[in-house]
Amino acid sequence: MKSWEVVIGLETHAQLRTRSKIFSGSSVAFGAEPNRQASAVDIALPGVLPVLNREAVLCAIKFGLAVNGNIAPRSVFARKNYFYPDLPKGYQISQFELPVVSGGGLAIRLGQGDEMREKLVHLTRAHLEEDAGKSLHEDFHGKTGIDLNRAGTPLLEIVSEPEMRSSAEAVAYAKALHALVQWIGICDGNMQEGSFRCDANVSVRPLGQKEFGTRREIKNLNSFRFMQQAIDFEVQWQINEIEEGRAIRQATVLFDPDSGETRAMRSKEDAHDYRYFPDPDLLPLEITPGWIEEVRAALPELPQAMKARFEADYGLSAYDAATLTASRGMADYFSRTVDVAGRERAKLCANWVINDVRRFMTGGTRDDVGEPVASEVRDGTPGRDAIRVSAESLARLIARITDGTISNAGAKKAFVELWTGPQLDVDEVINRLGLKQMNDGGALEKIIDEVLAANAKSVEEYRAGKEKAFNALVGQVMKASKGKANPQQVGELLKKKLGG
Amino acid sequence: MSLTPNDVARIALLSRIELSPAEAETTRGQLIGILGFIEQLQAVDTTGIEPLAHAVDVVQRLRPDQVTESDRREAFQALAPDVENGLYLVPKVIE
Repeated sequence: MKSWEVVIGLETHAQLRTRSKIFSGSSVAFGAEPNRQASAVDIALPGVLPVLNREAVLCAIKFGLAVNGNIAPRSVFARKNYFYPDLPKGYQISQFELPVVSGGGLAIRLGQGDEMREKLVHLTRAHLEEDAGKSLHEDFHGKTGIDLNRAGTPLLEIVSEPEMRSSAEAVAYAKALHALVQWIGICDGNMQEGSFRCDANVSVRPLGQKEFGTRREIKNLNSFRFMQQAIDFEVQWQINEIEEGRAIRQATVLFDPDSGETRAMRSKEDAHDYRYFPDPDLLPLEITPGWIEEVRAALPELPQAMKARFEADYGLSAYDAATLTASRGMADYFSRTVDVAGRERAKLCANWVINDVRRFMTGGTRDDVGEPVASEVRDGTPGRDAIRVSAESLARLIARITDGTISNAGAKKAFVELWTGPQLDVDEVINRLGLKQMNDGGALEKIIDEVLAANAKSVEEYRAGKEKAFNALVGQVMKASKGKANPQQVGELLKKKLGG
Repeated sequence: MSLTPNDVARIALLSRIELSPAEAETTRGQLIGILGFIEQLQAVDTTGIEPLAHAVDVVQRLRPDQVTESDRREAFQALAPDVENGLYLVPKVIE
């Protein structure tokens, strides 16, 4: 049986975070009534002219810098011609021969823990373009309804090289890109509202063959889980076709989440004849070196740099540092926790954020392949995916472990209460739950004496060399102290008494 | 350069323009004439000359990101042949 290699390239449309459209002064706010945000430019009345939004260009520059790509000093807008009623001009303004960003790359991470490895996926280009409107096919007496609010919304189309070799790599790339565009603040990343959607070009070839196989393009994947399912199905379908002697024909396909299958769209032969040409309504876009430097200076620390810093400064493992920088929200949260708790506790902070905070971010708080998505409490109202314990509270809780006030087990109980209960102060929660450890040596000695007296048999066994008996005694003391004794202190005192 | 009636039919289809056989033949003659001009232009030696994206040698002015348009849906939809619930209605299109 032949071995097959999967080849995947992704085209991603990220909706840019602007107030107004890319070529008109209409609002891009989500959820307006149909056509209330569609101006004469957006609906393509005769005699109108597009005027480019500076903010959209700024977003493209930020992205180009963040992926270490080339930013064109001069780029050109082109008309992509096709006929569809939600595209009122009969063409989409896009970029073709001279895109604003070319080249660059994105580090993706595969595998877990010590098995984690990184791979750099190169980018072909990223270009500015306008979105189309929406067609509603249901229930208008056999007609189609057109809403042009979305027409003219600014998009950055980001095209990767065909360098991914499995659905897992494609998802890792999409996630890294999703995190990056939010990190640098150019896209809100809301996949339900369509702010971030991917098309996957998928082909297979016999392992070792140099030429690519014929690809099919899966359109409009707006969830990581669907992306994985769609690619897995498509790959298996293509392999079956070829093994049964049928050739793959280039096509555009849609993924149906209900059946889990990809299906070719009925498309005419001419569908891809876009007849691009430079748009005479728009002059070449000039981006000066001065502007680029200004944007570079204002960029936040990027995830890769932050990850390296966490490893170098805090001694975190590559995997932990990667987990903490998987989203800006998570990274900021961790940084603030360390700021308050102190650098010397950074590793403990990392463990708490990775294990406890992330575990609690379930129940509508993970994206759809199980990765927690962090976002902070904003304006006092926790979002769906909010971290419900502030970084300051977590830092204080960690300080209470290191100063011996509470045990690790006690801290876990306090954390649950902080997360689920009313917003209380850390020390208040510790008091209320009675989690304070017994650090009073006298009281503890008294308990130990009682336990030793009541467990003569264990004492005897321990003296006879049975280590297990010692643990049993520690357990008894902990039980007698109702869990408030410091286990380390109990061990030390017990040893002293038994040794004496 | 020459165009076949099939070429003209395809261009008309892409542009969604309906042409009668007589119109198609007239259009074919006109298009062949235009392509002749372009052939003349292409005969010029442009080695080493940067392609021009626009006839005017100035760069694009940028607009500040502000919402300046107000809602004029009623005025626009008064011009449309068919609307319902704020939507423009068009003949059914399903891909």
